[in-house]
Amino acid sequence: MTLLPWTIYLTLGGALLVLAAGARSAAAARWLALATALAGWGVTLGAAVRFAPAPGLQTLVDAAWIPELGVRYHLAADGISLTLLVLTGLAATAGVLFSWNVTERTGEYFALYLLLITGVYGVFLSADALLLFAFYELAIAPKYFLIAIWGSTRREYGAMKLVLYSFAGSALVLAGLLWARAASGAGFDLADLAAGPYTAAQQAGMFALVFLGFAVLAGLFPFHTWAPTGHVAAPTGASMLLAGVVMKLGAYGCLRVAMPLFPAGLAFWQSAIAWLAVAGILYAGAVALVQDDFKFVIGYSSVSHMGFVLLGLAAANAGAVGGAVLQMFSHGVIAGLLFAVVGRMVYDRTHTRRLRDLRTMPLHRLLPFAALTFVLAGLASMGLPGCSGFPAELLILVGAWKTSPVWALAAAAGVVLAAAFTLRAIQLAFFGRTGGGAAGAPPHPLPPITWPERAGALLLLGATLLIGLRPDLLLGWIGPSLQSPLFQAALKGGAP
Amino acid sequence: MTGDYAALARALAPETALVAGALAVLGLDLAWLRSRPAETRLRAAVGVAALAVAAAVGLVLEVGRPGTLAGGALRLDLPALAVRLGVLVLVLGALGITTGAPALRHPVEYVAVMLFAAAGLTLMAAADQLLPAFLALELASLSLYVLTGFDKTRPESAEAALKYFLFGGMSAAFLLFGFSLLYGLTGSIAFPAAGAVLAAPHSGPLAAVALVMVLVAFGFKVAAAPFHLWAPDVYQGAPAPSAALIASASKLAGYGLFARLLWAGASGPSGTVTAAPGWLPVVAVLAGASLLLGNLVALAQTDLRRLLAYSAVAHAGALLLGVMTAGQAGPGPLVYYAATYGLASLGAFGVIAAVERAGGCRRLEDLAGLHRRSPLLAACLAVFVLSLAGIPPLAGFFGKFAVFAAALRYDGPTGPAGGLALLAIALTAVALYYYLLILKQALVAAPAAAAGPIAVPRPATLALVGAAGLIVLLGVWPSLVLGWF
Repeated sequence: MTLLPWTIYLTLGGALLVLAAGARSAAAARWLALATALAGWGVTLGAAVRFAPAPGLQTLVDAAWIPELGVRYHLAADGISLTLLVLTGLAATAGVLFSWNVTERTGEYFALYLLLITGVYGVFLSADALLLFAFYELAIAPKYFLIAIWGSTRREYGAMKLVLYSFAGSALVLAGLLWARAASGAGFDLADLAAGPYTAAQQAGMFALVFLGFAVLAGLFPFHTWAPTGHVAAPTGASMLLAGVVMKLGAYGCLRVAMPLFPAGLAFWQSAIAWLAVAGILYAGAVALVQDDFKFVIGYSSVSHMGFVLLGLAAANAGAVGGAVLQMFSHGVIAGLLFAVVGRMVYDRTHTRRLRDLRTMPLHRLLPFAALTFVLAGLASMGLPGCSGFPAELLILVGAWKTSPVWALAAAAGVVLAAAFTLRAIQLAFFGRTGGGAAGAPPHPLPPITWPERAGALLLLGATLLIGLRPDLLLGWIGPSLQSPLFQAALKGGAP
Repeated sequence: MTGDYAALARALAPETALVAGALAVLGLDLAWLRSRPAETRLRAAVGVAALAVAAAVGLVLEVGRPGTLAGGALRLDLPALAVRLGVLVLVLGALGITTGAPALRHPVEYVAVMLFAAAGLTLMAAADQLLPAFLALELASLSLYVLTGFDKTRPESAEAALKYFLFGGMSAAFLLFGFSLLYGLTGSIAFPAAGAVLAAPHSGPLAAVALVMVLVAFGFKVAAAPFHLWAPDVYQGAPAPSAALIASASKLAGYGLFARLLWAGASGPSGTVTAAPGWLPVVAVLAGASLLLGNLVALAQTDLRRLLAYSAVAHAGALLLGVMTAGQAGPGPLVYYAATYGLASLGAFGVIAAVERAGGCRRLEDLAGLHRRSPLLAACLAVFVLSLAGIPPLAGFFGKFAVFAAALRYDGPTGPAGGLALLAIALTAVALYYYLLILKQALVAAPAAAAGPIAVPRPATLALVGAAGLIVLLGVWPSLVLGWF
């Protein structure tokens, strides 16, 4: 547990080493990046084994940083952060494996990649709002370069849009935090900020700024439009990270900062957020249903699934919020897997992502491993029992029902939509017309699936199955964390 | 009075060292180096000048902060100490990047004038009466006009110098007129008396005229809208090291001087600070105009230096917020912001200088492929530009954060300072766009076919890496500066 801050230091050090090594040898950069990602993941797993669930954050480091401005270097973890830390380690490792074929400016790619991961670890470990914010921005900046340099379709547009949306969101967060600090007069430590006192009107304003700012990055409708274009433009490893962990940063910020600090604000905006979340689930699901670009299908499905997370948060009871955290983990794994199949296994080989082209190629025979992986990941994404999406979405729907049955009913339609667009994508991409004569073959022989792809896919599949069968592993961490006084102020009743 | 003169000489020892250094640079060259190649002469001059600046740094630290000196003409307090040190560090950086800039026809004289400018700027930080302040301001300004027009091979340089000089002369006239009114109103040339007139909410039409005159000159000095019109042309036409000095050390000294004048009369006898001095609304208008105009006009720029000029206008808006809140929050955020902003601007111009030496660097596209032509320059530029954009953990973020936090504490989100802080925060997202346009060329785009690798001389490399290192260090550990105040 006390080693957890080393995830930050190891990853940052690894980024610098990779940058130095990359100037000489691409292979060295790759292996060093893999070693760094594995080391970070190993630290989180080691901490997970020894973790004793308890309400409240367990402080790891607490030192003065900028006393003049009331900022402390305060790192702490609870079950929620631990869940997301383990996810980060897993997604980082899998992302490196699926980036194995990056040959251009390899060292810089992995250095930026690890810098992003450094920021992500930092966000999940911060117990000081401003420290959290600093790490959050540290995770935003590398995304621009990852997408603009190594991306594909309209990469410079996608990168700029994504970064400007994220940065505009973080500007809102910064405004909200500074306002809260000006009103409370104490430091930026989450516990100090939560102490207030704020009037109800102030809370409504501060909550709106902070929650909305973070929710932009979580893909809240109608501020989600950066997500599909950004995911599509990004190189595979980066889209796995974007969907896998970066969108979680937004949701985590909402949960860790906005909700406990301004409970009256949450009550004020609750139904607006829930309806936006439901609108996101349905709208993104409907849009995913008609996309021709395979990656856009996954991009919109990401927005739709993140809508469930936001709905869980908005429902504001322990069950739904626990489900939302579980959904963050689950979606991180599943979305990473889907992007890996589409971007790395299929697009890098066929050089097309258009479903109408893919349906003319019998990919289930040419790339059986990709087809199998995508079918399994698709089933998980639809929320099939036995996969991690099922307990997560079930908890969210049950929790939402407790707060308002209408939300749950509307969101349940999203589950049906998810099944529809996933099955459509599976059918068109992998089991298209097979007896189509000359059109049936791709223009060139497809290279076989490589070992890093297999290893990465198996890791992610294993994780979704493990949590699907044993959701209590994570819920056992998440539930007690939600019992902390800070969360109790925001949440009402129920147990996961 | 003899004791007074001894103390005065001691307090002004850094300026003496700088002027002696300038003379030594000229004399040495005249005596021995006249026939050597220009490159050698420049290196020797920069070496001697760097020694002089280093000596000045030592003397500044040695003098410390004895307080008011020479019958109130100077005041060496903590902000003065910090600004003097900051100015000297920035001048050192500017000297370093001079070696990496395109060769000038009279390199030694250029270095000597830089030292004169430095002496004026450090004196600005210490002045506590109207006359020494004006004297220091003019010494610095005249040197900067000369530095701007130093490149005799390019008409743009002469045009920029003329424009700068005309605007500067006009603003000096305004300032002098304002100062004479202040003297007429108070019968004193001391800052506290003059500041009291400026800070009083309703002190009559003459005081209002004086205030406007002073603020016009202030706005000119720091390139705040609507007195910024010289900035794009000067940034564009001046030799890069001159532009670097104008964008960094001159700004820092300007904020130091005017923040001192404006707040000098705002503290009451018991040490309490006036909640809302009379000049606050006017400065707030300047700040808001600068924030909006700088950020929006920068979006449309295709010339790299003009883009930096408009971004400087935008930063001037945020820095004016720091001036508005310096009474309550102390000068720490303002000095930290101005110094780290100066480092980043200095570095950006240093990179421009090095690219210019290897070819041209006018349009944004001229930076294309910098990551391949010189990975070091590209990495340094990324640090400078991201710091200007305010991305943590670089110092630019913490400067903004400290100033905005002070503004919101000052009068909440609905007051003038707090409201401007919210505006400034919103505009950071706009600013990121144009900063990323710079980095897109430098780090993403492929180099043009004719563009080869760029070799950077060692002193320039040292200056750039030093500036980038300081930005990272002060970002990771802002208390190094903020902890002083």
